[in-house]
Amino acid sequence: MKVRAQMGMVMNLDKCIGCHTCSVTCKNVWTNRRGTEYAWFNNVETKPGRGYPVDYEDQEKWNGGWKLDRKGRLKLKAGGPLKKLANIFSNPDLPQLDDYYDPWTYNYDHLISAPAGKVQPTARPKSQITGDDLNLQWGPNWEDDLAGSSHGAANDPNFRKLEEEVKNEFEQAFMMYLPRICEHCINPSCVASCPSGAMYKREEDGIVLVDQEACRSWRFCVSGCPYKKVYFNWESGKAEKCNFCYPRIEAGLPTVCSETCVGRLRHLGIVLIDSDRVEEAASTPDEKDLLEAQLDLFLDPEDPEVREQALRDGVPADWVDAAANSPVYMMAKKWQIALPLHPEYRTLPMVWYVPPLSPVETLGKDLIREGGEEEGVFAAIDRMRIPMEYLASFLSAGDVAPVRKSLERLVAMRRYMRADVVDGEIKPEFATDAGMTPGELEEMFRMVAIADYDDRYVVPKRHGETSTTAFADQGSCGIDFDNGAAVPPGLGTMTGVNGPDPVGGPFGDGMPDGNGSEPDPDFDVREMLSKHGGEGNANAN
Amino acid sequence: MTGETIIYVVLPYVAMTVFVSGLIWRWRTDSYGWNARSTQLLEGKVQRYASVIFHFGVLAAIGGHVLGILIPQSWTDAVGVSEEFYHVIAVIGGVSAGLAVFVGFAMLVYRRLRFPRVKATTSRMDVAVFALLAFGIVTGLLATITNIGDAVQYRETTAPYFRQLFLFNPEPELMTSGGVTLIFQVHVVGVWFLYMLWPFSRLVHAFSVPVGYLRRSPIVYRPRTVRSMSGRRPETRIGR
Repeated sequence: MKVRAQMGMVMNLDKCIGCHTCSVTCKNVWTNRRGTEYAWFNNVETKPGRGYPVDYEDQEKWNGGWKLDRKGRLKLKAGGPLKKLANIFSNPDLPQLDDYYDPWTYNYDHLISAPAGKVQPTARPKSQITGDDLNLQWGPNWEDDLAGSSHGAANDPNFRKLEEEVKNEFEQAFMMYLPRICEHCINPSCVASCPSGAMYKREEDGIVLVDQEACRSWRFCVSGCPYKKVYFNWESGKAEKCNFCYPRIEAGLPTVCSETCVGRLRHLGIVLIDSDRVEEAASTPDEKDLLEAQLDLFLDPEDPEVREQALRDGVPADWVDAAANSPVYMMAKKWQIALPLHPEYRTLPMVWYVPPLSPVETLGKDLIREGGEEEGVFAAIDRMRIPMEYLASFLSAGDVAPVRKSLERLVAMRRYMRADVVDGEIKPEFATDAGMTPGELEEMFRMVAIADYDDRYVVPKRHGETSTTAFADQGSCGIDFDNGAAVPPGLGTMTGVNGPDPVGGPFGDGMPDGNGSEPDPDFDVREMLSKHGGEGNANAN
Repeated sequence: MTGETIIYVVLPYVAMTVFVSGLIWRWRTDSYGWNARSTQLLEGKVQRYASVIFHFGVLAAIGGHVLGILIPQSWTDAVGVSEEFYHVIAVIGGVSAGLAVFVGFAMLVYRRLRFPRVKATTSRMDVAVFALLAFGIVTGLLATITNIGDAVQYRETTAPYFRQLFLFNPEPELMTSGGVTLIFQVHVVGVWFLYMLWPFSRLVHAFSVPVGYLRRSPIVYRPRTVRSMSGRRPETRIGR
């Protein structure tokens, strides 16, 4: 047993209202700059839908993730190092920009600068890459709330895996939201795909990062990730990705997407994993057993043997304590209400989801308010508006059982708490029917319904005293390389593109340089706002 | 100093100095900028053919240059390869490699002009590199084609000239006497400018062939305290 700490996140989809606040705050922090306009480290998809980039879940098309070869050994689906080197001049699996979208803004300036005329001036969409007019056909959240018939929810790759029966039920339209960030997988295929060795997992917390100094533009990480959460910065020629807001995590703060989530549906914590058994777990023969195999990797932080070994393996004592209070561990392993996204990709992802109870109102009368007949409760879960088979197609490799268990427990929690709070009755059978104790249900209620800040985010701080670079790191923001978030646009390398910024970003000329150079004495924030006001996140809808 | 000395001795040494020291300087100061700057994301259909044809052609052409320049005629004579046979092989290989490079490069240029997205990412350095590459490719291909009859006898003229240059015992007269044609001279002289630009352009990616990938373990772990590959190794490690 070799114990490592691994950061993880759980999103409670029952509470997601699809407001995109997480996406917007993430974009404003990390990707609001030239080269990454199209990249959303965090995005929220309406499911069913084709997703972003389009059909990313269709691994027959993209060859992302892992597979087992005939002898049952774990291999990259897109092929190993030799095949990659042979294809290094052109990656056959690379998505095109149009699979994401051509990023745009509007020429708002025209609204106030157009000469007097017979018709009202309009702001037209302009490509942020070329500055040309765009005829918009596809974009971020084009399918928001099932919109966009030309693409259409019926083309969701997950439907292909379902029985005909469920497809037909699609006439009874349903939808849900799926916020996505990098999964910070325990067995990341992007890392294994990088020819340069520029991508790595941090030993301390398992966060997956790209070494910007070592990336050489080979772009196999982009195609190797089955979630398509590594992006290619077209200006710098480098891969960039969600870094789990590691500068915040190191300071014990939640990620920006979590902190700003208005539904308070994100939970952060570490789990202790047995890193000696990672490959074994990822090589589990039957896809449907991968969830169980991954849960087996999560070690019990209360087990004295595990704690002792964790300390021996260099996990700090307060981190071990944090693991014992980790909402990720509780929701994934203890209560088993959270499920991983596409475990069948064999990457052992670490962003898990509590499945949504459809609109709970449709179940409300039978299940919760009236108490309901026992058989009626569980039969009603099977008849939920979002078919369990659909949820299972992306949360449990098609196995309905874990999804049903999770939903049953969520319903049991509501019934139990309603009986307690509204009717003043303690009904332990509501808990035991779902395989839990009343105590566990109450604990779960505090976690998912009350969801206090300190319960949602159990993020142990980095141990700065062990760092040799702490002094140099002061004030750094994480991506303070050239073209990074700390450097305003326009300060390109000599090899950088010095072309015109066709529309000007929200942090165009006039912003003070956050990277230590002299501030502009003439800088006036009001002037900047009046110049750029409203031009900001045109795409962040 | 004669013009001959300047263009066949001084220029090569200046170029080689700029090339080597430039590469070292760039590696040490700008490892962030050291990459291929791929544009496949922005345009992939033409790129798929253009880039593959171009790069494999270039690899073949480089191999041909290395063989032609570094292996003296006496060596091939010694192993019983006749000069006629050698030349036939060299012309066939050289012309096909040269054509591949030319076609691939033409497609890359077309792509860069035809697709606004690719055009938008083109830097001034890219334009300069493309111009010098075009010069090198066209003159090189012309030199190969015009020398099908082997009038130049480059294995007795240009090749020894380069070997003497690399041995720091330059003999510039090898390039001017004998049958060395103008197109050979122009090719040899002009390409030095490409080498001088090389360290400061995206061409540096040629020195980053990721052979280490073949023997690396699939999943890379790194302690937090190592900030980058070029950074200092940490004295302490957590998690170990």
